[in-house]
Amino acid sequence: MEETIKKPKEEKNAPIVCLSHLTKRYGGLVALDDVSLEIGRGEVVGLLGPNGAGKSTAMNILTGYLSADGGQAMIGGVDILTSPGEAKKQIGYLPEQPPLYPDMTVREYLHFVFSLKKCNLDREAHLADIMQGVRITEVADRLIRNLSKGYRQRVGMAEALVGDPPVLIFDEPTVGLDPKQIIEVRSLIRTLGRRHTVILSTHILSEVQAVCERIVIMNRGHVIANQKTEDLAGLINDRPRYRYRIAAPADELLRALSGKTGIAKAELLRRVSSEETELAIEFDRGVDGRRAVFSLCAASRFPILELSPIGADLEEIFLRLTGKDENKK
Amino acid sequence: MSAVYKRELHAYFTTPIGYVFCAVFLALSGAVFSYTTLFSMKADVTSYFAYMIFLLVVLIPLLTMKLFSEERRSRTEQLLLTSPVSLSGMVLGKFFAAYTLFAGCMLFAFLGFFLLYFYANVKTAVLFGNLLAVLLLGAAFTAVGLFISALTENQLAAAIGTVAILLFFVLIGFVNSLIPVFWIRFILSGISLFSRFQNFTQGVFDIAAILYYLMVCAAFLFLTVRVFDKRRWG
Repeated sequence: MEETIKKPKEEKNAPIVCLSHLTKRYGGLVALDDVSLEIGRGEVVGLLGPNGAGKSTAMNILTGYLSADGGQAMIGGVDILTSPGEAKKQIGYLPEQPPLYPDMTVREYLHFVFSLKKCNLDREAHLADIMQGVRITEVADRLIRNLSKGYRQRVGMAEALVGDPPVLIFDEPTVGLDPKQIIEVRSLIRTLGRRHTVILSTHILSEVQAVCERIVIMNRGHVIANQKTEDLAGLINDRPRYRYRIAAPADELLRALSGKTGIAKAELLRRVSSEETELAIEFDRGVDGRRAVFSLCAASRFPILELSPIGADLEEIFLRLTGKDENKK
Repeated sequence: MSAVYKRELHAYFTTPIGYVFCAVFLALSGAVFSYTTLFSMKADVTSYFAYMIFLLVVLIPLLTMKLFSEERRSRTEQLLLTSPVSLSGMVLGKFFAAYTLFAGCMLFAFLGFFLLYFYANVKTAVLFGNLLAVLLLGAAFTAVGLFISALTENQLAAAIGTVAILLFFVLIGFVNSLIPVFWIRFILSGISLFSRFQNFTQGVFDIAAILYYLMVCAAFLFLTVRVFDKRRWG
């Protein structure tokens, strides 16, 4: 696979996918409402959102399966509406249910996809590389109907890779797989992300965290967040929180901390023993009160045993962002 | 188009449907051929073709019922519709695959007529005129079946729907003589596929009928493309 799938030569963040003011209605239902989004070359982007958020509609428009009512979808500078053939050549798409023909062998299927995509590469070498890359060489001559779900998913990924398209779109690629297969597929996506732009749609938040550099959250046809994965917490994590484990009785500790400037809330998490307490301390916005807590504990001779920041996890961020969006409505 | 064509033709023979179609087609065609010529001691070839039309009403839906309905049911149409193949290329690929199988069987069955040359004075022009007409009629039937198959994801519904529509087109020529209103009769005889075929059975090479069959075929292929186009905008 190393030989045929080349790293994009262009600058990593030059947009290869560009959605501008996309709108799509199904009767009275607005599936996409003025959605604009740019994805750079070589990025691995996670598309998150509850059911009906518009993720699938956006992907279907991007792949040419649906047409938008308004706006424009460009892939590598080519408009999918006016030059569908050229635009589709730049996309490898794995739908939620891999589009496989059970009556074909893996090899026959990939040869068919190769012809369907009108590829100009060396057929045998290219397909052999892909099969090796997604590790399906050993099942190449088996009928697809006899393959396990994990293998089928990989054959679906191989289908997306045929023709070496710069953009790969995966819709829920790990649904229904066992934990070992999930780890394998995620690792494969990470590897592919080194050479391709990958757009990953999923409900599984930890998957996005594990694989994606950037997260786009959609809700009710809007993009409500578009951030680097590590910056996303900053969107809602307005008050710094820390978990402390301190060698002190809980009541004395809480009494000492209460009412101190900069501390918004001190919350008892667990009485580890009569002489040891675990608590969460939330400081006022913009205040780093760790030094003050240290001084206070030192003065009271309460040794701090552990200290760690409590970041909002992706589930919480997701729920709070989509909740905010609902409230706005 | 050629990728879709090859895959579809290949699929006929990796599932029983292709073998069943060929076997039933050739068996029934052989029976009709024996009945209309050999057993009745006639060199008249036209009644064979007249019977074949009724057989095609039932046989061609066997070929076309799965063409798009199966793709839709198993979601493989997403691969076709997101690939660089145009909608017309996809529709034509499927159409020609089904048509190849039908035309192949028809031409193979046709070889039987050469036997007649040993025993009787066969009117070659009439024979080939009928063959051409039935091949074109088969193309029109295939296009109708393809169109119906694009409307549903249920193969059985596609097959029954196609039989019903083809029967309507064929039987309309028989029923319209019972209708007292002239203009209705005029319209119905205009769209009847069978009444146009009767000229061939009488030994007349009817160019208008040939064009009519080609137009019906093109119209239904166009409608099939429109089904997918409309779904994309839906």
